[in-house]
Amino acid sequence: MIRLEPRRHHSQKMVYLSPLLAIVLTLISGAIIFAFMGKDPIEALYTFFIMPINNAYGIGELFVKGTPLVIIAIGLAMGFRANVWNIGAEGQLTMGAIFGGALALAFYDSTSVFLLPGMFVMAAIGGAFWGAIPAWLRTRFNANEILTSLMLTYVATLFLSYLVYGPWRNPEGFNFPESRAFPNAALLPIIYDGTRVHLGAVFALLIVAGGWVLLTKSVVGFQLRVVGQAPQAARHVGFRQKRMVWFTLLLSGGLSGLAGMFEVAGPIGQLQPSISPGYGFTAIIVAFLGRLHPIGILFAGLVISLTYLGGELAQISLGLPSAVTGLFQGILLFFLLGCDVLTKYRIRFGSASKSGEPA
Amino acid sequence: MKARFMKRTAAALATVGAMALGMGAAQAADPLKVGFVYVGPVGDFGYSYQHDQGRKAVEEKFGDKVKTTFVENVPEGADAERVIRQLAQTGNELIFTTSFGFMNPTLKVAKQFPNVKFEHATGYKRADNVATYAARFYEGRYVAGVIAGKTTKSNIIGYVGSFPIPEVVRGINSFMRGAWSVNPDVKVKIVWVNSWYDPGKEGDAAKALIDQGADIMVQHTDSPAPLQVAENRGIKGFGQASDMIKFAPKAQLSAIVDHWDDYYIDRVQAVMDGTWKADDTWHGLKEGMVHMAPFTNMPDDVAALAKETEEKIASGDIKIFAGPIYDQAGELRVKEGEVAPDGMLLGMDWYVKGIDAELPK
Repeated sequence: MIRLEPRRHHSQKMVYLSPLLAIVLTLISGAIIFAFMGKDPIEALYTFFIMPINNAYGIGELFVKGTPLVIIAIGLAMGFRANVWNIGAEGQLTMGAIFGGALALAFYDSTSVFLLPGMFVMAAIGGAFWGAIPAWLRTRFNANEILTSLMLTYVATLFLSYLVYGPWRNPEGFNFPESRAFPNAALLPIIYDGTRVHLGAVFALLIVAGGWVLLTKSVVGFQLRVVGQAPQAARHVGFRQKRMVWFTLLLSGGLSGLAGMFEVAGPIGQLQPSISPGYGFTAIIVAFLGRLHPIGILFAGLVISLTYLGGELAQISLGLPSAVTGLFQGILLFFLLGCDVLTKYRIRFGSASKSGEPA
Repeated sequence: MKARFMKRTAAALATVGAMALGMGAAQAADPLKVGFVYVGPVGDFGYSYQHDQGRKAVEEKFGDKVKTTFVENVPEGADAERVIRQLAQTGNELIFTTSFGFMNPTLKVAKQFPNVKFEHATGYKRADNVATYAARFYEGRYVAGVIAGKTTKSNIIGYVGSFPIPEVVRGINSFMRGAWSVNPDVKVKIVWVNSWYDPGKEGDAAKALIDQGADIMVQHTDSPAPLQVAENRGIKGFGQASDMIKFAPKAQLSAIVDHWDDYYIDRVQAVMDGTWKADDTWHGLKEGMVHMAPFTNMPDDVAALAKETEEKIASGDIKIFAGPIYDQAGELRVKEGEVAPDGMLLGMDWYVKGIDAELPK
């Protein structure tokens, strides 16, 4: 019989090392899979993990792809720490894009320098508004925010479709479902010539720093952790759980909204029916891969981005199917969860009573 | 950046050197690299699958004179630009971007790579090195409408739509005009799934339509799911984009097949000959870019009528959008004796009179 037994003291070092270990194990299994597929494993791994970032444009793309993931994941992590499960970041992202985009389209011939800052504010409000609904339903009716936030995602996506198929459709666009192109004043400036890295990447870094300060240096951060880890104790000392629900959903909603606006005002440049390939959902993986810690999330976001870029190049250069991206993400999660389990538990063979430790 | 510049310079010098030594022929023998970008998986057995058949036809025709590459499942958002750029960057000289949502990214990349030729399917923006192409799928839908009008018993058609864009709306109008030409009592029920490829949603939509009395299933989405539902529930239907008979041997009446092979071969040949131009192609049954899969699971007289209709559309004897055509509001859109011009068809965002459904706005 094999069973898992909790370790009395698990190594704090291992908690942070396990993602690295998971990445190494993923690389090894990836090499084995490539070898079975008849590809040179070294060449394949090089194509997947190095080739995407061996030039400035590629590194830029890593940031373009990572920006929304990291921004959203920072917000989500705050909630996850307090046991608030916002699964609807994708919807909040969409609402942020809509609110921010509304301003860009209303002033489509504007050259004002205030347009972009206005869009920031609108996007944050839009995302936070979409996060406020599950917060209200949870605090008022005790409705599960996992379900409500997820369902609201579909509402947001359909609302965006309604807008771009209807009232916000480009009048010069032959009835195709897309808005006008945003004016230059509503586009995020490129911060490095020859790439697509836009101002959003700088904000992502600022948000990482802000998240770190909030979590480690502020009273709110402390409360988040206590409410999540010991809700009873938190109630005893008078931390109000409802307030945490509101705070985390508004924060993660607002950040997701910003991320959405960065997409439409960045690489896309207009509103269209599909603006995100599921960033709001992928960010959940990023948050956990990054140990719900802002710095970890930064790296996790870049690693996950790399698997997307690598997957594209693997198709172009090696003729591998696009499923290879999902495969790598799956293997990575599998090893991460496995390493986590083995950090907290040890494997014992034989029946439970022999070990003599209390259950 | 610098390293790449050096590499490129070195390559250029090597080429010059090789030519100086009279080995320029070696370069001419390099295969023409052709790239394809698909919105769905090549295994959708529908739209992207059919484009990939075209790619394979190019490989077969030109052998080692070409090298093709494709990227599948490319989202129509920020990612498309990078994928298209990577293809251009890795030496593809002709790149087909096969979905409407790739339009703006294609144009952006085309500007950065003036020597690479781009072909964008179903869009309307062109440039010196960006051509557009599309097929008149709606011609096939008219034929399907004729078959459906003859076959239906409940007079209710179930129609699974993807997005209410002009292409799909035009298809519904064309289908219904075909159906009414043989059976004026036909009604259509439409469910929009807001996706090109989502077998689960497409199947659910098909079930809902059958529950509402539909006995013919038509789809403008890319997976065989609605047709499979039709097969299971014992009704008839049409395949989309490719011949789906193996998914529905008893249900498929015919299928509107996209046939890109000849076009892709022509365009590759044109690049090789140096005659490629950034023009616009909109071909249909006549040129063979659309054709009907074999007419099955129907009586001989219906099959004969379908065949005749197909031939008459190809020859121009049947003009699908010949006036008078009224829209739902009763406004005369095409006058008697006139035919709707392509411009009107390309921007069609209204249903013809008689369709009892509201277009999502």
